[in-house]
Amino acid sequence: MELTGAEALLESLKHEGVDLVFGYPGGQILPTYDALYKEKAIRHILTRHEQGAAHAADGYARVSGKVGVCIATSGPGATNLITGLATAYMDSIPMVAITGQVATTLLGKDSFQEADVTGITQPITKHNYLVRKAEDVPRVVKEAFHIARSGRPGPVLIDITRDAQSQKIKFKYPDKIDLPGYKPTLKGHPRQIKAAAKMISIAHKPVIYAGGGVILSGAAKELLELAEKAKLPVTTTIMGKGAFPETHPLALHMLGMHGTAYANYAVQECDVLVAIGARFDDRVTGHIARFAPNAKIIHIDIDPAEIGKNVRVDVPIVGDVKHVLKELIEAVESEGEKHRPWIDQINEWKNKYPLSYKKDESLKPQFVVEMIHEVTKGEAIICTEVGQNQMWAAQFFKFTKPRTWISSGGLGTMGYGFPAAIGAQFARPEATIFDIAGDGSIQMNIQEMATAVNNKLPIKIAVLNNSYLGMVRQWQELLYEHRYSQTDISDNPDLVKIAEAYGAAGMRITSAEEVKRALEEALKIKDRPVLMDFIVAKEENVFPFVPPGQAINEMLID
Amino acid sequence: MKHTISVIVENKPGVLHRVSGLFSRRGFNIESLAVGPTEDPNISRMTIEVEGDEQTLEQITKQLYKQIDILRVFDLPAEQSVQRELCLIKVHANEKTRGEITQIVDIFKARIVDVSEDSLVIEISAEKEKVESIQKLLEKFGIQELVRTGKIALQRGTTE
Repeated sequence: MELTGAEALLESLKHEGVDLVFGYPGGQILPTYDALYKEKAIRHILTRHEQGAAHAADGYARVSGKVGVCIATSGPGATNLITGLATAYMDSIPMVAITGQVATTLLGKDSFQEADVTGITQPITKHNYLVRKAEDVPRVVKEAFHIARSGRPGPVLIDITRDAQSQKIKFKYPDKIDLPGYKPTLKGHPRQIKAAAKMISIAHKPVIYAGGGVILSGAAKELLELAEKAKLPVTTTIMGKGAFPETHPLALHMLGMHGTAYANYAVQECDVLVAIGARFDDRVTGHIARFAPNAKIIHIDIDPAEIGKNVRVDVPIVGDVKHVLKELIEAVESEGEKHRPWIDQINEWKNKYPLSYKKDESLKPQFVVEMIHEVTKGEAIICTEVGQNQMWAAQFFKFTKPRTWISSGGLGTMGYGFPAAIGAQFARPEATIFDIAGDGSIQMNIQEMATAVNNKLPIKIAVLNNSYLGMVRQWQELLYEHRYSQTDISDNPDLVKIAEAYGAAGMRITSAEEVKRALEEALKIKDRPVLMDFIVAKEENVFPFVPPGQAINEMLID
Repeated sequence: MKHTISVIVENKPGVLHRVSGLFSRRGFNIESLAVGPTEDPNISRMTIEVEGDEQTLEQITKQLYKQIDILRVFDLPAEQSVQRELCLIKVHANEKTRGEITQIVDIFKARIVDVSEDSLVIEISAEKEKVESIQKLLEKFGIQELVRTGKIALQRGTTE
């Protein structure tokens, strides 16, 4: 079969099971868009900004578990993908980004819309390729998808010169991959698993600390089984939300800077900490030297470089979480009441320091999140922006299933949630998708309203509008003596009118009594997005709060 | 503490950038880096001298392994390897000093590879310490230019 490089690219994508891509055309990617014009098996979603395409591909990947694909042109098109790639890289999300590049004869000459994209993206991709010949396209696509989805997943970028897209080749998709330098370890070492089981069996105050690796590996079921068999309380990172049912008696919810008091106390008191698919991020550990000071640490991770990177580990296990947990479940002893005193202690903390907020006559952002949980009966996919909105969503919505919490954890990308929600809705067309947003972050990718409207996506955008860049304002209040430098955005445009101008529905909610009815109304809208502008208490803070540099049990509770 | 590590890489474009970028963004210090082809034209070998404790060395090794184009990374302890550096030194020389310089060159088993009216170019291939000693001895004559390749190293004995 003789194909152009661009046709070979699409053919290769189909071999990888791709039927949906997000992108934005431009000069140097024209041959690929020309091939897409007649392509029936791949649907292309035109976003309004390349960043939107990258986050949509990422959101699609997080919800579906498949590799998300985005396409952009050279130069500015490609550089607009950068934030999306960095977001996916920090959260280990499988993605393939395809960018056009100037023709090989123009490379390195500062040609029009030329940028060294492989150079720029090298630190924020798992791997990247510059393809100069059409004949390399099938092999590179095959390798890229393999690298993106296997081992510790991550984004891979393929930069293809314009001439490579146009040259004709005899197409044959390779059956084998030859990457001698890439062999992820899946099975944990049996001796280490045994050592971990033994350490768990002699623990009196054990805690599991589970991260996004549990979700990426599809191991939520195994995590539950392990926790129940060995009676281990479970706290999750922000990336681990949904890996363990938050309604379960053993659930400690999120730990760290804005984690629950009981999770943080439990980690600081525990004698054995089982870290599973987590990486001891600074937002989790607080003052690193004073993190979990009494604990022996077991660390299960597929990425050997994460083990020993931030903390000293007593029992390292390199391997895929699902593989390792299956064997660990076999190896641990079934516990009855041995941990009762420890669980009682945790329950005492839970009763004494529940997540809460002061209720008064104003509309509280936490209440909005609670009502979203109530009205959807917890059956929704929650995307978030970044800042206070993200933390309230994390604290007050109870997640019970993996791939229902979609948030930029590592990079903390404002403007992520809405385009990610678009990707999420394409992955699960029947599901209720919320983007819990702030009035700052929603404006960072508001242009994607056009994408959502054009595709009739019934995304519910709940803006917790406090007319501030709230999280930064909170830090200024608590750490910079109320000096609100550049965080007052009360000159915001009318978000309801913006929604309506795009053809979406808009609502403004100003009191607690209206919240439930507004949400119910919004859920009835099935053919377009709806933006709910909740005018909330302006100076509400997120608590608990571990000030930077403190140990995680040294938190401000309210 | 200084370590010498060997990094076996696929000979692909950008691989040097991947390695140097990794060192700079993670804050690892490169003392020297030498790179060139090996017995297999598809494979290059980098010899990198790094400064750091055992934990840093472990992180460097693991982070390097994460790069797809990197095949093997190993530490080469001084006592188990042959380590060499090539250095060219252009030193100021006149009729009065030429004899003394030649003596130093002989003692160090170095070579004079270029002679002009007022300078000599000396080539020495030796362990790092020896290169540094000859450099020190030649300083008083006036070193005009100097270039070092950075360390290269091979494990002693049989290769598995």
